[in-house]
Amino acid sequence: MNVQLYVWQRLTASVMAPLVLVHIAVIFYATHQGLTAADILSRTRGSIAWASYYGIFVAAASIHASIGVRNILNEWSPLTNRRADLPAVLFGLALAALGFRAVAALVLP
Amino acid sequence: MVHRLSGLGLAIFLPLHFLALGLAIHNGAQLDSFLRWSDQPLVKLAEGGLMFLLTVHLLGGLRILVIENFDWRDGQKQFATIAAAASVVVAFVFLVRVF
Amino acid sequence: MSDTLSELSVSLWRGTEQGRYETYSVPQRASQTVLDVVTFVQRHIDPTLSYRFACRVGVCGSCAMTVNGKPRWTCRTHVSKVAGGGRLEIGPLQNLPVIKDLTTDMEIFFEKWQAAKGAFAPTKTRHDPIAQIRPDTPARVAADAGIECINCGVCYAGCDTVRWNSDYLGPAALTRAWTLVNDERDGGNTARLQAISASGGCHACHSHQSCQELCPQALNPTASIAGLKRRTAVAYLKGEITS
Repeated sequence: MNVQLYVWQRLTASVMAPLVLVHIAVIFYATHQGLTAADILSRTRGSIAWASYYGIFVAAASIHASIGVRNILNEWSPLTNRRADLPAVLFGLALAALGFRAVAALVLP
Repeated sequence: MVHRLSGLGLAIFLPLHFLALGLAIHNGAQLDSFLRWSDQPLVKLAEGGLMFLLTVHLLGGLRILVIENFDWRDGQKQFATIAAAASVVVAFVFLVRVF
Repeated sequence: MSDTLSELSVSLWRGTEQGRYETYSVPQRASQTVLDVVTFVQRHIDPTLSYRFACRVGVCGSCAMTVNGKPRWTCRTHVSKVAGGGRLEIGPLQNLPVIKDLTTDMEIFFEKWQAAKGAFAPTKTRHDPIAQIRPDTPARVAADAGIECINCGVCYAGCDTVRWNSDYLGPAALTRAWTLVNDERDGGNTARLQAISASGGCHACHSHQSCQELCPQALNPTASIAGLKRRTAVAYLKGEITS
């Protein structure tokens, strides 16, 4: 399992690197004039592009963060190896659920 | 260590971020009131902190991907310092723009 | 010739895991090493002090200790370079059980060496012709870059992951595994790659590079371990190992 976790961790990291750069640019652009819901939604409502972009981002982040959290649990808490699996997976699922819900909230008409 | 702590900070922040965005679900009125709440200086400062965490985690991650996949060897510890400095700059620029 | 310059205030760890630092006053001399200082205390002040050394010239690795917080070879550490304000704090190597005072139990270090399959697995006999190994193939260059390890334990003592993860095999064991993975005469690579992909194997490394910074032989375990990460990923995708 360690090889798989390692590969997924590094893979999702590589996928997210450009996504994060775009996200930072978006943040700078969007907050330029003050942020309102109308501003955000006018960009995202009904947009397949934003849905895909943020959908991929949420999926990658959920995987990446849950593996990272598993490592932290393994090294810094009494929950080692297998016992760290369940909390990490639950965290990943929670992140994915909340994330996709947020994307749906912004994109669905 | 910075990389790990910034990752942990982001991991804690993300669910909250997703929850806030989920407020847009009906017609954005809830999101709007949240956005007005977040106009406070203290919140903006926290957001600056988050920008720092995001950037530092990104740059630290790139450092690892380079070390583990390319042959280069020298100067990589300095990379870490440069990453931290660059992140501070990014966070600072963000703060200037939102205040 | 003794150029006595001044007195050093030297704190040495006395005891086992429980114990305390005791301070001794040692005359400073030109070109003095930390090993000289420890030896002075044991010979002239307190004969009950326990410490290890052998060659005292930087080829055996026995004298490694924690000097002002950093693991170093004491025979190759000049006092003038590390004793800020005439003070030194010397303790046993970190991440290892303490036997007494400045000596640690290195058994776990060597057990992990074995667990990483750090032993050569031969494929030929004495009746076969000698293997012709070119020194300039990429594999041999990679192997040669890691074989000068003398098992001093400095990398192990300086590693954050060793400290946090008791399963972690450590930079030295994994570097040896890497040199054997690159040795075309070796026949044990499937088992070896499997062994270093277990929990506590090469994937536990976070590339902090403390090992590379501290290694007195200028080896680069971070790079060796990165090589192992790539090798195991490929082996896994090819179905040669299961993990």
